[in-house]
Amino acid sequence: MMSSEFFTTWFLPGIWITIQVTLYSAALGAVIAFGIGLARDSRFWIVRFLAGVYFEIFRGMSALVLMFWMFFALPFFGWQLVPMWAGVSALGLTYGAYGSEIVRGSLAAVAPAQKEAGIALNFTRWQRLRLIEMPQAWPEMVPPFNNLLVELLKGTALVSVITVADMTFAGNLLRLGTNETTPIYTLLLVLYFVLAFLITRGMRLVERKAKAGIGQQPEKRGGITAKLSARGEALQASTGSAGGK
Amino acid sequence: MNWDWQVVDDFMPRFWDGVLVTLQALAIGTLIAFALGLVWAMAQRSTLVWVRWPVIAFTEFIRNTPLLVQLFFLFYVVPNFGPSMSPLTTGIIGLGLHYSTYTAEVYRAGIDGVPVGQWEAATALNLPKGRTWRAVILPQAIRRVVPPLGNYVVAMLKDSPMIATIGAFDMLGEAQAFSNETFTTEAITVVGVAFIVIAYPASLLIRALERRLVR
Repeated sequence: MMSSEFFTTWFLPGIWITIQVTLYSAALGAVIAFGIGLARDSRFWIVRFLAGVYFEIFRGMSALVLMFWMFFALPFFGWQLVPMWAGVSALGLTYGAYGSEIVRGSLAAVAPAQKEAGIALNFTRWQRLRLIEMPQAWPEMVPPFNNLLVELLKGTALVSVITVADMTFAGNLLRLGTNETTPIYTLLLVLYFVLAFLITRGMRLVERKAKAGIGQQPEKRGGITAKLSARGEALQASTGSAGGK
Repeated sequence: MNWDWQVVDDFMPRFWDGVLVTLQALAIGTLIAFALGLVWAMAQRSTLVWVRWPVIAFTEFIRNTPLLVQLFFLFYVVPNFGPSMSPLTTGIIGLGLHYSTYTAEVYRAGIDGVPVGQWEAATALNLPKGRTWRAVILPQAIRRVVPPLGNYVVAMLKDSPMIATIGAFDMLGEAQAFSNETFTTEAITVVGVAFIVIAYPASLLIRALERRLVR
């Protein structure tokens, strides 16, 4: 069986590295998902086109091949990445592309009348997005993002092949040293399962909060309703004064 | 560094070998995933607890753990207990098994989408269970499941290079070996482009299918 020394020098840090890779690539992926997801609905065709190209390339690409390419081929073009960052960027670029479809789809599912109302109130594009569309699309996004996060966690195992010492890497190292394959890989699978379970649990809390935000009383929701009524009063005042002339 | 077309040219014969292996893994893996997935989906609906429960637990476990580690498990652990298999065979079984848990979910959704009245009609007509499935439920479920199943075939294509890590010579395996021998990087770039060239028309095809079948 596993020596305790090995466990503390390789396995525990490996678990921490897996968590780090997951967090970093999730952060990068989220930025890309929102950026590309919004850009694919842009008013400017060139922005839409470029975002579409990004989406098709990175959705069609294999994450492992991309990772290999960033690790082995990029240095020859004069850009050397630390293994960890090669892995994180490959995962972030890939899962960001998947995530952009979630963002785009959820925003598209917001009722058109809601957007029209925003236009009628003379909201800017940014205000409409922030005050009307996002709050309604967000609860729809959480469950698919949960799935994607679990996929991402599983994807982090790939970084072991470009020598990042995550928990899969530690497992492979231990296999070379001991040949005790059964306990090693069983433990690995269980560890990944536990991490995936924790993510799902955490996301369920986020989901509950997101759903609660929609059903709240108007007076408690400082954001959208207050802004909308303020806008409405201002509009009324302006039209009223126009009528009085 | 300069791009050298000569290297690409040298890599080409092995690239096509790799493409064949990738497509082979994809084809057989898909068959396994489609067939096993249906088995899981039907077993999950079983009225027998001792059938339903273990299948749900098993598929959940497979779905929530990395394919890469599963491949290592199949390749290094299974020979201790049973037959020792070639990297390609192991890879195909791993891909098929992993994706069968996803297709099971697709079938489940497709079967749930069949209106309850159809089940009741089959019961009213006193159809045996086998015929209810074959003649009533599955034909209606099938049009709902084709597009998502197609998506998983593309996903499987993108995950297939993982079999290179246990020593199978698919596209990535060939590229890796070639790059190590020649100290070049063109091969891996070629493979990367190849994935997009295969995956993009495939996803267009699935979108077209989706428009046709799901209304």
